[in-house]
Amino acid sequence: MHQNYGFRLFKVDHNSRHAAPRRRGRRAPVSWDQGLSGRVGVRQPVLRKKRRRRRRRRRRMEVVVFVFSLLDCCALIFLSVYFIITLSDLECDYINARSCCSKLNKWVIPELIGHAIVTVLMLISLHWFIFLLNLPVATWNIYRFIMVPSGNMGVFDPTEIHNRGQLKSHMKEAMIKLGFHLLCFFMYLYSMILALIND
Amino acid sequence: MSAPAGSPRPAASARIPPRLGGAGASGAAAPAGPGPAPPQQNGPAQNQMQFPSGYGLHPQNYIAPSGHYAQGPGKMTSLPLDSQRGDYYSGLYTVPTQNVVTPNTAGQQPGAQQMYGRVLPAPHMAGSALGSFPGATSSSHVHTSASVNHHNSPAVGAANSSVASQGFPSTCGHYAMSTVSNAAYPRVSYSSPPAGDPYGQQMFTSQNAPPVRPIRDNSFSGQNTAISHPSPLPPPPPQQYHQEQSLSGYSTLSWSASGLPSTQDNLLRNHTGSLATANNNPTSPVADSLSSSVMQNVQPPVSSPVVSTVLSGASSARTPAAACHPAEPAASVTQPSELFQQKGMQYGDYVNNQASSAPTPLSSTSDDEEEEEEDEEAGVDSSSTTSSASPGPNSYDALEGGSYPDMLSSSASSPAPDPAPESDPTSAPAPAAPQPSKVAKPFGYGYPALQPGYQNAAAPPGSGPPSASPVYSGFQQYAQQYPGLNQLSSGLGGLSLQSAPQPESLRPVNLTQDRNVLPVTPVWAPVPNLNLDLRKLNCSPDSFRCTLTSIPQTQALLNKAKLPLGLLLHPFRDLTQLPVITSNTIVRCRSCRTYINPFVSFIDQRRWKCNLCYRVNDVPEEFMYNPLTRSYGEPHKRPEVQNSTVEFIASSDYMLRPPQPAVYLFVLDVSHNAVEAGYLTILCQSLLENLDKLPGDSRTRIGFLTFDSTIHFYDLQEGLSQPQMLIVSEIDDVFLPTPDSLLVNLHESKELIKDLLNALPTMFTNTRETHSALGPALQAAFKLMSPTGGRVSVFQTQLPSLGAGLLQSREDPNQRSSTKVVQHLGPATDFYKKLALDCSGQQTAVDLFLLSSQYSDLASLACMSKYSAGCIYYYPSFHCTHNPSQAEKLQKDLRRYLTRKIGFEAVMRIRCTKGLSMHTFHGNFFVRSTDLLSLANINPDAGFAVQLSIEESLTDTSLVCFQTALLYTSSKGERRIRVHTLCLPVVSSLADVYAGVDVQAAICLLANMAVDRSVSSSLSDARDALVNAVVDSLSAYGSTISNLQHSALIAPSSLKLFPLYVLALLKQKAFRTGTSTRLDDRVYAMCQIKCQPLVHLMKMIHPNLYRIDRLTDEGAIHVNDRVVPQPPLQKLSAEKLTREGAFLMDCGSVFYIWIGKSCDNNFIEDVLGCPNFASIPQKMTHLPELDTLSSERARSFITWLRDNRPLSPVLHVVKDESPAKTEFFQHLIEDRTEAAFSYYEFLLHIQQQICK
Repeated sequence: MHQNYGFRLFKVDHNSRHAAPRRRGRRAPVSWDQGLSGRVGVRQPVLRKKRRRRRRRRRRMEVVVFVFSLLDCCALIFLSVYFIITLSDLECDYINARSCCSKLNKWVIPELIGHAIVTVLMLISLHWFIFLLNLPVATWNIYRFIMVPSGNMGVFDPTEIHNRGQLKSHMKEAMIKLGFHLLCFFMYLYSMILALIND
Repeated sequence: MSAPAGSPRPAASARIPPRLGGAGASGAAAPAGPGPAPPQQNGPAQNQMQFPSGYGLHPQNYIAPSGHYAQGPGKMTSLPLDSQRGDYYSGLYTVPTQNVVTPNTAGQQPGAQQMYGRVLPAPHMAGSALGSFPGATSSSHVHTSASVNHHNSPAVGAANSSVASQGFPSTCGHYAMSTVSNAAYPRVSYSSPPAGDPYGQQMFTSQNAPPVRPIRDNSFSGQNTAISHPSPLPPPPPQQYHQEQSLSGYSTLSWSASGLPSTQDNLLRNHTGSLATANNNPTSPVADSLSSSVMQNVQPPVSSPVVSTVLSGASSARTPAAACHPAEPAASVTQPSELFQQKGMQYGDYVNNQASSAPTPLSSTSDDEEEEEEDEEAGVDSSSTTSSASPGPNSYDALEGGSYPDMLSSSASSPAPDPAPESDPTSAPAPAAPQPSKVAKPFGYGYPALQPGYQNAAAPPGSGPPSASPVYSGFQQYAQQYPGLNQLSSGLGGLSLQSAPQPESLRPVNLTQDRNVLPVTPVWAPVPNLNLDLRKLNCSPDSFRCTLTSIPQTQALLNKAKLPLGLLLHPFRDLTQLPVITSNTIVRCRSCRTYINPFVSFIDQRRWKCNLCYRVNDVPEEFMYNPLTRSYGEPHKRPEVQNSTVEFIASSDYMLRPPQPAVYLFVLDVSHNAVEAGYLTILCQSLLENLDKLPGDSRTRIGFLTFDSTIHFYDLQEGLSQPQMLIVSEIDDVFLPTPDSLLVNLHESKELIKDLLNALPTMFTNTRETHSALGPALQAAFKLMSPTGGRVSVFQTQLPSLGAGLLQSREDPNQRSSTKVVQHLGPATDFYKKLALDCSGQQTAVDLFLLSSQYSDLASLACMSKYSAGCIYYYPSFHCTHNPSQAEKLQKDLRRYLTRKIGFEAVMRIRCTKGLSMHTFHGNFFVRSTDLLSLANINPDAGFAVQLSIEESLTDTSLVCFQTALLYTSSKGERRIRVHTLCLPVVSSLADVYAGVDVQAAICLLANMAVDRSVSSSLSDARDALVNAVVDSLSAYGSTISNLQHSALIAPSSLKLFPLYVLALLKQKAFRTGTSTRLDDRVYAMCQIKCQPLVHLMKMIHPNLYRIDRLTDEGAIHVNDRVVPQPPLQKLSAEKLTREGAFLMDCGSVFYIWIGKSCDNNFIEDVLGCPNFASIPQKMTHLPELDTLSSERARSFITWLRDNRPLSPVLHVVKDESPAKTEFFQHLIEDRTEAAFSYYEFLLHIQQQICK
């Protein structure tokens, strides 16, 4: 299971979240039975049931979260590929700057929203590691969108895309994002499977 | 410097066949290279020397070939030709003699006259050529037949036909002579030179005059008819010209375009009918159908030329102007001596009927992107392969000779003024030409800015070995003036460079000690360190300049030098001489699509090697025949290979659609503000005067559209009794009330247009509408123009306040002089940018005239022109009566604007040698793909800049080439390609890179980059970057000469002006801080930096200061019979201003004459016409025409300066004590101001930064 450090970290982190309550749930009754009054012991089955139910719900939720993230991630991957293809079309003069930019600008906001949703979802479902991993990229997306000068036609501006190596930097950015999304994809896949198994 | 040259040499010589051997070595020779370069670089050069009488060396020599031509036709006329030849000969060459002989005519032709002096030798040459005719002809004939034997039949056809076509006595070069033998164009016509010149006569007599030969005297007709007396042939009937013209205009179109116009015509006609009904009955179907808006067709009172009666929603009570029909027939040919008068007709000379580009179906191969045309180089069409090449002056520019004298030695002719011809033994065979040219130079050269650089370089006193002298002679000149320093620093410099004759441009200059870095003569472009032949062939620096005339071998070397690498282009410059080539196959590289150029190498007779991608291509059959020498088998002597600036007449392969007609639309602001300012009077007046001179042909269309809070269209359909105004008040969803009759044929509806122009200024006098719906008006204009494309001229006087694209005021007046952040340099909305891109897609350019008195957000508005390849004019605080100088400026600018040459639906592609790549473009255009600039319109005043980077090491080459190809539709409906090619050496040592710096080009490129930076980042960033550019380059240079003391600020002589220019940039309106600068002024300055060509931009950055109270004839030049004194340049510092003097400052778009307090009363009286200093009026914008010597000198000097630029500058006379003197003093950039360094402080600052 310990393929690499990143995954191990992730696994430990992940498991701790899954395992900790389990352990607490098992051990607590023991210690309570031993050290505390019987009243507590009477209530225990109820508590345990509730917890188990909550646990089960959470696991189910987790599965849902990861399935959603997985789908979202797929979409983002496709989007990145689309960006790359369109930009390289522009590089090779298959399309002109105007149509390229209008094509791409259309998808800037969906991409931003798609990524923001995943990030927020991870925050809500308390997957800190994944959240922190996503945060910089999501922030960059939003920053880039906000910082577009008022006179530009969007993140991709046809009048500037050929200047100052912008095309190259856009390309590089799209490549990095594709890599990132692929990484996330496998992460979500793994987490989803894990969640399914645990369920 | 043999070491650096060593490495490229083996490779190069290995590549180049033995015949051309030695090229690599010579090209790679470093500037300091001691040995004279081997004479040949490539095929063309070599052959040029073998045939010295060829035209290649000097423009004058072209005459000789033309003489030969005169011969051929007699023999060949019978041959069937189906293509039209355009030979551009000698109109100019011959006229000159006329002028020279009878100088009394000179006064009438200030423009043309000037060049004549230079072309004087022509007739002699012709004469001699004539003498040798029989032999020449027969030999050439033999030659042809020989070729017939050698080649298959198609070749025969080709050769014969081209001989025949060439044969016509195309004595009038630019009067394109059309030779058509097919039935459709039965007239064989050519234009006579303005007759009466002996040359022309000889030409005529020396040949069997073709039977039908009506002479067309087109572009000269107006001007020269008076002179064209003794012509042996009858002067041409003018209408014949027109007829011919129209024929030619349509001949190319007939196959594809005719359908469209005719249907349109029908539509128009139909519409007229319906409109007529509409007029009679406001509720007619037409009106109804359009009734969603308050569009009303109006019942006109017969007396009024333009009538508007708003029937419904008539909130605007608009009283139509009374019918003022000033009987002002737009002067057609009535002002023969008027310089600009000819411009409209100028294309007359281009009548190269393209019958040859005949009926190929458009759909088969069509793309307007030049590179996608079908390539038929190899397969020669048997029937119609003809070619003609004609290095002829193009009359447009010829007529403008006065205003653009500098172009004399342009492009191909640039070698002429080069010192080489005199000193170069190889030019001996053409003794007649160079000699007179030398004599003529002082007279012919009007413009010292660049060309005299060559000229004066001729004999630099005490210059080095001949091989090196021309290169650096420009510098040596002023080096002479500081002999002491020169010796001192050359002593220092000797330490750093091993080779004995150290190039002048590398002489280290201690900037902090050398107080007089500015030369007294204008700074000229450095000449690339190529061998003589290549240098002669190279593109004129006026059109094409590189910041580094020696290209570093690797990006690492470039980084080490810390200098910007880029190109400065002025591709559509008015040229006096331009070889125009009509050829069925335009020879281009098969893989990179480069046009064949002088720097390709011919591997053998049949193959050539592209100099950009190194692919070996075949020479097409047609190319083997040389129309100039009428010989076969000498492809390297074709004009394409002999001239680095050529123009091709493109075939239908280069068209996406039939060439568009010239279409002009004027969008005029008529809100209260605009009427107050009163620009309409000036505009309408200018238009009326220039209506006949608008470039165009019989298809020219024109339209008008005015707007305030509503949009008014003008129906000018032929047949109406008066123009009709159609008002659309629906500005949220603009539509065209009548689609067809708003843009009308200029010639058919001329009367209506004149009526409208006469009425417009008074039509809106009582308007109370203050709003301006610019955005919707532009949308309407776009809709109107989108079917054809063309030019939209927008006149705007305030911030747009209604509809789409409305803007808010963003300027905070309190921040004008802030030293911190300057905001709002970018556009506020993307509306104008989107619109511009839409327009660009429909081949429409938007030119903006902003005549506002308050903030109008030029930063946003300028976008409409920036991206549609338009141009921007800004007249701050314009008022026709309160501000007469601006009014006068507008008037003059408009005259130039309306009559200058124009190219439509243009694209420009810049190619460079493999290994170099372009990454950023500057100018007004839209970059459609990586190296393709889409230019809806191109005008002669547009400049461009490109930044380059070196992607691959250039170690295996010794030369790099850059080629710009501009494909455009001329106003006569011809598709043309203008190609410029620049060739530069590659160097491998840092010292060589520094030796080849072109400091002016570098500054202009830096200015462009700084504009980008200040818009995308911030102004302070841009300023820092400018300072860093100096610091970096000087410290990099300092580190190369490590054995020099580091305490001094040392710059190579080539860079010694760099800090001064950068300081000038920092104090320029665009980049200055701390001085109160209105935002619009700043943005306008930035726009100008982006789109001005180098020559004009340099004046804007660093004005020229002259002392004019003691003008003498010493060193004066003669232009058009006038003596133009050449006072020395003064440095821009108050220390040079003495109270006893009067100074002229030339800032490009404005002249200041500063009069010192105790200026000599004689001067004031003689020049200004005032008795003493006190009586000089505060606002003086003209020098009175006084009949005194000093007045004459001053005026001729100012006129001469003025003639050199497209936009006529305004003259301000500034008294020493007047409040206006701050304007003057802020241009003294070497002085300290509250917010900025003095020059010396700046140097110290740089030194500090370097030491840090």
